[in-house]
Amino acid sequence: MTSHTIWEVPGGIHPPENKAQSMAQALVECPLAPEYILPLNQHIGAPSAPLVSVGQAVKKYQLIADAEGIFSAALHAPTSGTVSAIEERLIAHPSGLSAPCIVITPDGLDHACSLEPCEQPFELDHASIVTKIRNAGLIGMGGAGFPSAVKLNPHTNTPINTLIINGTECEPYITADDMLMQTQASELLEGVRLLAHTLGNPANVLIGVEDNKPDAIAALQEAAHTANQRHNCDINVVSFPTKYPSGGEKQLIYILTGQEVDSGKIPASMGIVVQNVGTAVAAWRAVRYGEPLIERITTVVGESLQVQRNMRVRIGTPMNFVLEQNGFMASQSARLIVGGPMMGYALEQTCVPVIKTTNCLLAPSHSEMPEAPPQQACIRCGHCAEACPAGLLPQQLYWYARSDEHEKLEAHHLFDCIECGACSYVCPSSIPLVQYYRAAKGDIRKTAEDKLKSDKARERFEHRQERLAKEEAAKEAKRQARKAAAELNKAKMAAQQAVGAVSPPPAAPANTTANHDPSAPVIPAIASAEELVANAATAAKAQQDPTLDKARLSRTVESLVSSIERLKAQMAEATTEGLEASRIEKMAAKLKQTELKAQEAQAKLDAFDKTLAAGSQVDAAAQKMMASPNAAAEKTLNSLQKRLSKAQELHLDAVNENKPSADALKQGVIKLEQKIEEAKQALNEAQSTASSSNSSSSEPQKPDAAAAAIERAKQKVQAAASMTPEQKAHAAVESLQKRLAKAQERYTKAQETHDENVEAFAIGVEKLELKLKAAMEAQKEGSEQA
Amino acid sequence: MAFLRASSPHTHNPNTTGRVMREVLLATIPGIAVLTWFFGLGTLSNIIIACAFGLGLEAAVLKMRGRPIAFYLKDLSALVTAVLLAIALPPASSWWLIGVGMTASIVVAKHLYGGLGYNPFNPAMVGYVVLLISYPQYMTLWLAPENLSVQGAIFDITTLFELVFGGLASTTMDGLTAATPLDVFKQTAGLTAQDIYAHKAIFSQGLFAGAGYEWVNVAFLFGGLYLLTRKVFTWHAPIAMLAALALFATVFYDAGSSSSGGSPLLHLFSGATMLGAFFIVTDPVSSATSNRGRLIYGALIGALVYIIRVWGNYPDAVAFAVLLMNFAAPFIDYYTVPRTYGHKKAQRATQTGGQ
Repeated sequence: MTSHTIWEVPGGIHPPENKAQSMAQALVECPLAPEYILPLNQHIGAPSAPLVSVGQAVKKYQLIADAEGIFSAALHAPTSGTVSAIEERLIAHPSGLSAPCIVITPDGLDHACSLEPCEQPFELDHASIVTKIRNAGLIGMGGAGFPSAVKLNPHTNTPINTLIINGTECEPYITADDMLMQTQASELLEGVRLLAHTLGNPANVLIGVEDNKPDAIAALQEAAHTANQRHNCDINVVSFPTKYPSGGEKQLIYILTGQEVDSGKIPASMGIVVQNVGTAVAAWRAVRYGEPLIERITTVVGESLQVQRNMRVRIGTPMNFVLEQNGFMASQSARLIVGGPMMGYALEQTCVPVIKTTNCLLAPSHSEMPEAPPQQACIRCGHCAEACPAGLLPQQLYWYARSDEHEKLEAHHLFDCIECGACSYVCPSSIPLVQYYRAAKGDIRKTAEDKLKSDKARERFEHRQERLAKEEAAKEAKRQARKAAAELNKAKMAAQQAVGAVSPPPAAPANTTANHDPSAPVIPAIASAEELVANAATAAKAQQDPTLDKARLSRTVESLVSSIERLKAQMAEATTEGLEASRIEKMAAKLKQTELKAQEAQAKLDAFDKTLAAGSQVDAAAQKMMASPNAAAEKTLNSLQKRLSKAQELHLDAVNENKPSADALKQGVIKLEQKIEEAKQALNEAQSTASSSNSSSSEPQKPDAAAAAIERAKQKVQAAASMTPEQKAHAAVESLQKRLAKAQERYTKAQETHDENVEAFAIGVEKLELKLKAAMEAQKEGSEQA
Repeated sequence: MAFLRASSPHTHNPNTTGRVMREVLLATIPGIAVLTWFFGLGTLSNIIIACAFGLGLEAAVLKMRGRPIAFYLKDLSALVTAVLLAIALPPASSWWLIGVGMTASIVVAKHLYGGLGYNPFNPAMVGYVVLLISYPQYMTLWLAPENLSVQGAIFDITTLFELVFGGLASTTMDGLTAATPLDVFKQTAGLTAQDIYAHKAIFSQGLFAGAGYEWVNVAFLFGGLYLLTRKVFTWHAPIAMLAALALFATVFYDAGSSSSGGSPLLHLFSGATMLGAFFIVTDPVSSATSNRGRLIYGALIGALVYIIRVWGNYPDAVAFAVLLMNFAAPFIDYYTVPRTYGHKKAQRATQTGGQ
């Protein structure tokens, strides 16, 4: 064994190791639990997608949830049994979160489905090994839970030249990896060879172990010696002085290679891959025996346990079951920690499951881990800076975190903090420094997210403004074009009439113009009906796969009912245990909430059938809509009338209160009245088209309506064309007179009823009078010319 | 069943601020013993009076600030300030002198700035400088050490009481006091170093840096080394200060001519050098934070001490040098942020934002 150069990381601490207590006893198998809870998201990345349904029977090793996306991992049944629920359960998470889990009730038979072993794993190519590892649901077992297949498939331009196997286990108390290295050294070496093979046999293959594990080092060295001789490889077992946190990935890389991973980069970018010893063994078992990851070694330790040891625990075993197996005395337990005392997180409940990354359950007594003393003032002693393995200035970070100086925090590289807790550990003023950093990191991330969001909103707004401006411009352009066309037509017609005094008017050009103008009000009515139909269709589509939805709803109801039962049981337990009233009250409140939820879900489920029926109603409505374009027109008219009455009300209010907006409102009222007029016309026309075509199907109606409109327009145009200018002027005057009479009538009526719009009417009458005068003059002139 | 919800880490080393302060107090014992041996009970009376003022003022201010008194008194920081000021004052100082000094230390320099951890200046040195500037006639009178011909050391309780509580006639005082080694060296500019060592009692009676004073410094050096082994502070600031002082003294020793600034040994082992290096410069609150920063901070204090001693108006300069560098500490911090793992270069803390 060649000696390997060791680089020393700066900082670090030497907390009491406390590793002896769990190594005194042999590794044991944890018996079958009454229930297995398998969270769908045990890894970094997207949760896996369940492949089983409630009530389905599963076998041990069976794939029950598949990876969804690259950064995800598959999940397998830890034993045979039935899927009793797929629901939200409390998981091992620092925030006490619930997350979707597959719950399996074992049948006690532990029937396994057949596995696919591979006799010659070293003859497999890279892709098939990675696939096998991926299918086995392997994730980094050191704690982060990064899907292993992704790490073995690094997308960098740098070839991998170093594979580091992390057997450091620097956290106090934890001995799971130590136990694994001692009991499965030869398998571990096979795993290391396999990983090296997968990564294209990098030049350096190093297994790093702290020197406080002499037995593990001896076992590994022997196994490595054998492997090196037999397979002509060069696997190096390197031991180095014990210091927390040597086991951090970046720290270990520095210790073994003297290189630092650039901030924000991954080790693969410099040709280094780090894997945990547990991952190496699991990879070997996955490829060689086809065995998916369904169990791991977990250290169960702490003075509130009668037995402290390492156990082989199946993934999904509830922690309270594991603790029970070791004589857990809950009353003596100060807290329950998943992971080590430096970086582990405390749990409130024991009903959470062991997952793929749970390397330790620590249940210390009160004397073992007393509550932290109250925080004192920072005296800037600098012990934290000496302990920091990342070369940060923890006390400066603390001051900046307290004063929310985010820029300063980032300038002091807050995000290079690995939250190892060394600074908090040494602080003589017992300041929970790491807690401040976590909070500050959260704040900074949130601020960044908010900024992103507001930036996006601003962009959206700007785009919208731009789009509106464009639309407005386009409309304006069209309006201008129409105006120009109309003037052109007028001029043409005048010219034709001049000619027409001699010859009869030609029908063709009139026909072309008629094609456009009179049918115009009909087209929007049809278009809006079509739109409505389309909307109804999409609404119906949104409810696709109604059976699936129903299943989901019923599943929700079931799981809610079961959680109600569970809560009730918990409450009963709490009352018998004589817990504080506030806690029980909380539980009661939760129970009530859940019951309400259940009721809601039931109601939804009931309503679901009705919705299904409603779906067909929607279809019918859609057909009806298609059959009658005039219904749409009527609708528009109705809504317009409603708007008008509202606008009038508003105007009235404004006038009463002498608001400056009164004028603007009045304009609005007038406009609305005009619109109503238009809509009425459209309705009339639509009605006439509808009556003109009595066919039951809606399809041929459209051309009919259009044809009728064209027909009518032709008549109008012909009538207009046959009129002399004199007659035309006369007609104009007549119509104006009619309108004036009507307006006057309205005006007088308004005066009688003391309507608020009297003035508006008065103005209207005046305008009409002016117009009439102009028209009469024009008529006079016309007759004089004649 | 619900367990305590707490954030990691869940363990803590047994070190506390109170313990750090207790170590500092313990480390002053050899120095106090030697001071008492050479200068009599005056040192002890200083310490007792200063501690009484320290605790009383701290408690009063804490009460006024509405803070829990016992909790804060237990951190022992007031006692450390009191002991350091008491050692720095001439033995058997008047009670009111000590009172004024302690008020300046505890009330003004410490609590008006926010209490422990927030004070930009070393409280003991603020108290000392206030007294030195306000009452120079009392502050420059040092009792003569025990083994000198002038019998200055007081082991007699009644004389001590008279000195501390009743105003003693200045003539009597004159009989008890003698110039300190640094005073002597400064005021006898016409003589070569060799002559001074041969003819001035305070040097001829001593070994290398003045009778009595050299042993006081040796005792404080031991106390400081104890603190170093206990890892109460790092070596950077004190060693940098001593090295800088020694370097200046060597460069300007001038082979002991009549214009010599004094030998490195004289500078290292007389005055408040060792007390300053290990008990004042190492005050974490008012010093630079990073190790590199502390090297600069300490070295500049050492340089200032020599400059003020030799070319300035005061025979000793630790207090002024420390306070001047307290001003500079935040500035030093800005430029000495350590290089973080994974970063090519240390960043200046003045550069924020835009990378």
